[in-house]
Amino acid sequence: MSRSNLILLALIACIAALPMFGGAYALRLGTIACMYAILALSWNVVGGLAGYPSFATAAFFGLGAYIGGVLLARGMPLAAAVPIAGIGSFLVAALLGAALLRLRGHYFAIASLSLIEVFREVVNNATDLTGGGMGLNIPLSASAGVMADATFFFYAMWSLLLVTAVMVMAVSLSKLGFGLSCIRQNETAANMVGLNTTLYKSIAFGLSACFVGSAGGIYAAWVHYIDPSDVFDILYSVKPIVMALIGGLGSPLGVTVGAFVYLGLEEVVWRNYIQIHSGVLGIIIVLLLLFLPHGLMSVGSWRWRRGMKNA
Amino acid sequence: MFAAQILINALVLGCLYACIAIGFSLVWGVLNVINLIHGSFIVLGAYLAWSLYQGFHVSPWYALVIAAPLFFVFGYVIQRIVLNRVITAPVLVTLTMTFGLDLILNNAMIYYFKADYRKLTLKPPMGSVSIFDVVVPVDRLVATIAALALTGILYLILRRLRVGRAIVAVRLDRDAAVLMGVDVNAIYAIAFGLGTALAGCAGVLMALIFPISPLTSTAYLGKAFVVCVLGGLGSVSGALAGGVLLALIEGVGSAMFGPAHATTLSFVLLIVFLILRPQGLLGRKGFE
Repeated sequence: MSRSNLILLALIACIAALPMFGGAYALRLGTIACMYAILALSWNVVGGLAGYPSFATAAFFGLGAYIGGVLLARGMPLAAAVPIAGIGSFLVAALLGAALLRLRGHYFAIASLSLIEVFREVVNNATDLTGGGMGLNIPLSASAGVMADATFFFYAMWSLLLVTAVMVMAVSLSKLGFGLSCIRQNETAANMVGLNTTLYKSIAFGLSACFVGSAGGIYAAWVHYIDPSDVFDILYSVKPIVMALIGGLGSPLGVTVGAFVYLGLEEVVWRNYIQIHSGVLGIIIVLLLLFLPHGLMSVGSWRWRRGMKNA
Repeated sequence: MFAAQILINALVLGCLYACIAIGFSLVWGVLNVINLIHGSFIVLGAYLAWSLYQGFHVSPWYALVIAAPLFFVFGYVIQRIVLNRVITAPVLVTLTMTFGLDLILNNAMIYYFKADYRKLTLKPPMGSVSIFDVVVPVDRLVATIAALALTGILYLILRRLRVGRAIVAVRLDRDAAVLMGVDVNAIYAIAFGLGTALAGCAGVLMALIFPISPLTSTAYLGKAFVVCVLGGLGSVSGALAGGVLLALIEGVGSAMFGPAHATTLSFVLLIVFLILRPQGLLGRKGFE
């Protein structure tokens, strides 16, 4: 267990204390923070470890939200609906991954982007099951009030974040993680030395979709109403990438910190510039890529290097 | 007659799709950048045509002449200032960069034009012609001819002009082009400017036919994706073939399964094509 992984676990443990200090607003932010961290950590398995530019996060977030939402609306309890959403997303992603991950670079990016469109249109047209464009209402859980509800969903999302973080660490320490970084460095060579690259990539794609789908399920139960253009929003695909870029690609701690920093930026922008919030987000993305392409975690080492040069 | 009508509609719509996609295809082919701003450029072109018509009664045909140089300069500047700095980065970075730029442009349009749907209605309207019961609206027909003309102009530029040959050279082999004395950064900027100008002109033509709103940009972008993948990347003839094929699939699909499923069908086809034939229908390595 490396030092940065320990710091990450400690960080997640600290977040669990949030309900002791904050009100409903802080809990809402905390829930979103956990959700963003889940999305970013999951993306990191495919995008960071295996090096595939996946834009499919939104597709599996929406898929999970709809699996969870439909089951909840039919009266299934949350504790059953969320795992089913996760497993369903895993299976769909692993099967699609076996086909899609044979593409590389730009073609994979386009295919993963198109996946969002396909899922959204399918959900839009399956009106009987999903309510189509009218959206899907999910019944309120019988609970003891606003604060109890907020605390419940905060801990639900937090637990999922913990599971995701443990999964990501386990993957990066295991043979799977080693195989994925081989694939990132040179896929043909990895194939030549007998690595079953298709299997590895499919599992990685499935794992990255599994927790995103579960997060979608919890999200659906949390907001009580979902519609296709909301949960299949391409921003859910781009935000995790921006978070990973903020924190620096690859390390789970960096990605998680990136998610929190991103949420802070987003909240400030939402509160102050509601009319131009997406434009400001665009400016942040452009500036980040132009001036800090290796993320916040690189600032320290850059300073250090410069210090060395001056000395 | 029903089949003939579907065929004619597909031909007309297909040429418009080709016009939407050709600039996107050029940028992807030459710069190796998936240009997510493309859809917003098209919408901006539509707004330009709409504003000129509403404010100054400039006919959309003249708006084409105004749009082309304006958009060329716009694209050239964006490429020079922003995109050239990340052009060698992996696809993840360039794609996210164009997404960020798209957010800025799209938000600016929502801010200035609002998200309401508008329509450029010509006075008097152009009506429609019918030949043996096959009905074609005249505005679509004229827009199709203009779209074909634009595609032809791009073909001629790439084929005949020195700068066009340089663009093709950079597409074929960047390093060899550098050795031959081609200023690659300038060529990138010119190619991006050309792509932007084509998007702007496509937008002007779209304004005649479809409602205008910043929210429609993703639909245009999606069409550009599908056309490029179906037809093959970076060639003028490929974009035409892809456009007509997409329009045919959408038309026949709508007639068979209902219009709600046309988009699903086209994107499923996109994914199938990517897996089975990523080079597209007319895919070749070269650019004309």
